[in-house]
Amino acid sequence: MEISRHWRLRKQRYALVGEVCPHCEAKLFPPRDICPECGQEARTLYQFSGRGEVYSYTTVYEPPAGYEENAPYTVALIKLEEGPIVTAQLTDLGDQPVEIGTPVEMVTRRLRQDGDERGMIVYGYKFRPALARVAA
Amino acid sequence: MMSEVVIAGIGQTPVEEHWDKSLRELGLMALEAAVQDSGGLRPQALYVGNMFAPQLSRQAHLGALIADFAGLTGIEAVTIEAGGASGGAALRAAYLAVASGAVDVAMALGVEKFSDVIGAEVDAALATGGDSDYEAVQGLTPTAQAALLMRRYLYEYDVPRQAFAGFPIIAHANGVHNPNAMFRKAISAEVYQQASVVSDPLNLFDVAPLADGAAAVLLTRADLLPPAFPHRLARIAASSMATDTLALHDRPDPLEFRAARLSVERACEKARIVPAQVDIFELHDAYSIYAVLSLEAAGFAERGQGWKLAQNGAEPAVVSLRGSLPISVLGGFKARGNPGGAAGVYQAVEAALQLRGEARENQSPHARRVMIQNLAGPASSAVTHILEALD
Amino acid sequence: MNDVNNNLLLKPVNPVGIVGYGAYVPRYRLPASEVARVWTNGQTALPIKEKSVPGLDEDVATMSIEAARNAMSRANISPAELRAVWVGSESHPYAVKPTSTLVAEAIGAVPNVQAADWQFACKAGTEAMVAAIGFVGSGMARYAMAIGMDTAQGRPGDALEYTAGAGGAAFVLGPADESLAIIDATYSFVTDTPDFWRRAYAKYPEHGQRFTGEPAYFKHIMEAAQALMEATHTSAADYKYAVFHQPNTKFPQRVASMLGFTKEQIAAGLLVPVIGNTYAGAAIIGLTAILDIAEPGDRVLMVSFGSGAGSDAFAITVADAIRERRDRAPRTQDYIARRTLIDYATYARYRGKITMK
Repeated sequence: MEISRHWRLRKQRYALVGEVCPHCEAKLFPPRDICPECGQEARTLYQFSGRGEVYSYTTVYEPPAGYEENAPYTVALIKLEEGPIVTAQLTDLGDQPVEIGTPVEMVTRRLRQDGDERGMIVYGYKFRPALARVAA
Repeated sequence: MMSEVVIAGIGQTPVEEHWDKSLRELGLMALEAAVQDSGGLRPQALYVGNMFAPQLSRQAHLGALIADFAGLTGIEAVTIEAGGASGGAALRAAYLAVASGAVDVAMALGVEKFSDVIGAEVDAALATGGDSDYEAVQGLTPTAQAALLMRRYLYEYDVPRQAFAGFPIIAHANGVHNPNAMFRKAISAEVYQQASVVSDPLNLFDVAPLADGAAAVLLTRADLLPPAFPHRLARIAASSMATDTLALHDRPDPLEFRAARLSVERACEKARIVPAQVDIFELHDAYSIYAVLSLEAAGFAERGQGWKLAQNGAEPAVVSLRGSLPISVLGGFKARGNPGGAAGVYQAVEAALQLRGEARENQSPHARRVMIQNLAGPASSAVTHILEALD
Repeated sequence: MNDVNNNLLLKPVNPVGIVGYGAYVPRYRLPASEVARVWTNGQTALPIKEKSVPGLDEDVATMSIEAARNAMSRANISPAELRAVWVGSESHPYAVKPTSTLVAEAIGAVPNVQAADWQFACKAGTEAMVAAIGFVGSGMARYAMAIGMDTAQGRPGDALEYTAGAGGAAFVLGPADESLAIIDATYSFVTDTPDFWRRAYAKYPEHGQRFTGEPAYFKHIMEAAQALMEATHTSAADYKYAVFHQPNTKFPQRVASMLGFTKEQIAAGLLVPVIGNTYAGAAIIGLTAILDIAEPGDRVLMVSFGSGAGSDAFAITVADAIRERRDRAPRTQDYIARRTLIDYATYARYRGKITMK
């Protein structure tokens, strides 16, 4: 069981909480404590909007252990509107085509379970095509 | 000035699924072959390049394991792990040990054993080479990540999908005559085009097959060798290593293999050459997109142009065996097979064969200087060595 | 009688209202005709058109998080100001371990917060709402969140399989003067009536078939609605909208008619034909659909029903703030319009009905 390593990251995983560098304003996700832009310490929490666009994407047909139940699934690089790129699954695609540039938004979903069905459920961010507003 | 570090002995096993051989047995085969090739030199230090033994063979502590199994109990021995670049990093460790004078004879042994575990466990182990907390947790595999790079490359540079065909075609052509290669069958552009998709846009031929293997090189200093040595020698003219962000998404420009570029620059500076003076570039073609990005990083092509080096025109493709910059000369990762943390040592063995003039059907007639480059993941680590024929 | 009922009426000391609300419905839809095709050769009267089915990576926790985020967007308050996050469901992802802590963590409401999971079949969500009204109305909390959400399962081939859907809603309860709808009063009617249950470790629920109707659904909703209207001196005509627990299309239509409501009054909240019975989410997602289109001054009657059994009735008056706040999050119909049809085989996979080991 890997309880503590997932628990430790819950803020990042559930809600895309990263950091903002207090020195140069760079937005950082994942949080990394030393700002890659200016090299100074960055530990100020920052709530990302969760909006971004697809930078690249592909489909996994041969999943690693722990991900078999969801295969095939789409993984992507998402460029967040604040700047950083994150690796994440795309979800709720249905029959919607994906393209580079597709606007997406963050949702919190089940990523996997730790071990078998007796293990804890690991939740975290995924992205889905931005919800269309149809009703007026 | 210390005398030059030379490769005094080489050994390798075929790359394949060695169902009947264990990790230590494979290691010993390569080790013994290298010792024999050197005329019986005994290593004082053993650097084992390996990535997956703790996960796939439930075995860490390979230094003692293999030294013991080889009857070398007592020597210095340690595992060097740098993901897929473990072999290259072990070679560099052995080089530094000998070059510094700390030891007179050192061995770099790359060994990888995938086939002790089958199925999804292997894919899970592969994913540990990336960022476990932010990449692997999303179900990302190295292959899927290469597909992300390739799709972005096709998009940014508006390249035709078929542009990548040249790399596996060349690698497979070169693997035909390598007795240690996993695949010894040439493929055509049509076969490439019809291959099944692995992770779109990657198809089966864009992905090097993972398999078991071990390779060893025995390093010493030229002045320590007897005048009448049994074979020609290759010297290590430069060794360098560089790192980039572990996670691909943390890079400002994911399509730049920055660590690959840095390690080439550092190695060339050390060897006092420019990349164009290299006769062969043995690159890390674990995926055909990696080959393209490595060529661009080393400066052999402009960004977005690397794929053109594998296109046949009036002349054979630049990177084909008869071109001006051969790559994958004994099949590369694609046809020889990708033995994980052993691959970097295979590259050194294959470079030595070329520099010794022993590559037979695959001999590149003017091979005097070979650059070998071993990557981990999307060049999160890059180890580059420049090897030269010693007259 | 009026005096008695007045004493029974649940009215907080301080006036309370809905400060924010949010709905969620998953993307996938299984047509009822697919269930009929597989189990009855299509020879069945269909209780609904189609039901919503959660994706492989969804459960009550993930769905609650999205509804909660929508509610917070409309409430426009800091999550640190929430003093309760309560999730009502019959399909919590864990048998033991709160869904509510996960939701509270995800929306940033921890650690100064009450968190608990509520269970009362299909009225677990409204039960949490009543508690939140009390929590806010007593002055103990300025804001409290109540959620009703389900990913209910019916046994393959059972009548419930046609309708057991997925979805629900979240509400932020707070001071009436900040609200986009005011809670005028609530009333609850509860008896011990075993019309539907699921024993521990059982995957699918049991139900009393026709016993679920007259003595259960109709009895409890009628009693609760009539008592509330009587005590508040209102009649059906005073309400612009009404929404009742909706396990199928017929029951809410019939109970509405018995109480004197017209088809027009229940149309906006009657979502069961297109998303199925969302259990703890069923009545309240009807309410979110109503709030999406209601105008200030409109009155809404909502009556839930939970097997076992009980009903919570709410008299609600829409306030001015609805106009500027409702478009800060997706509307219920946005989720309903986002729709991918699946066949029974895909449904069986998505709902874990295919044995993998």
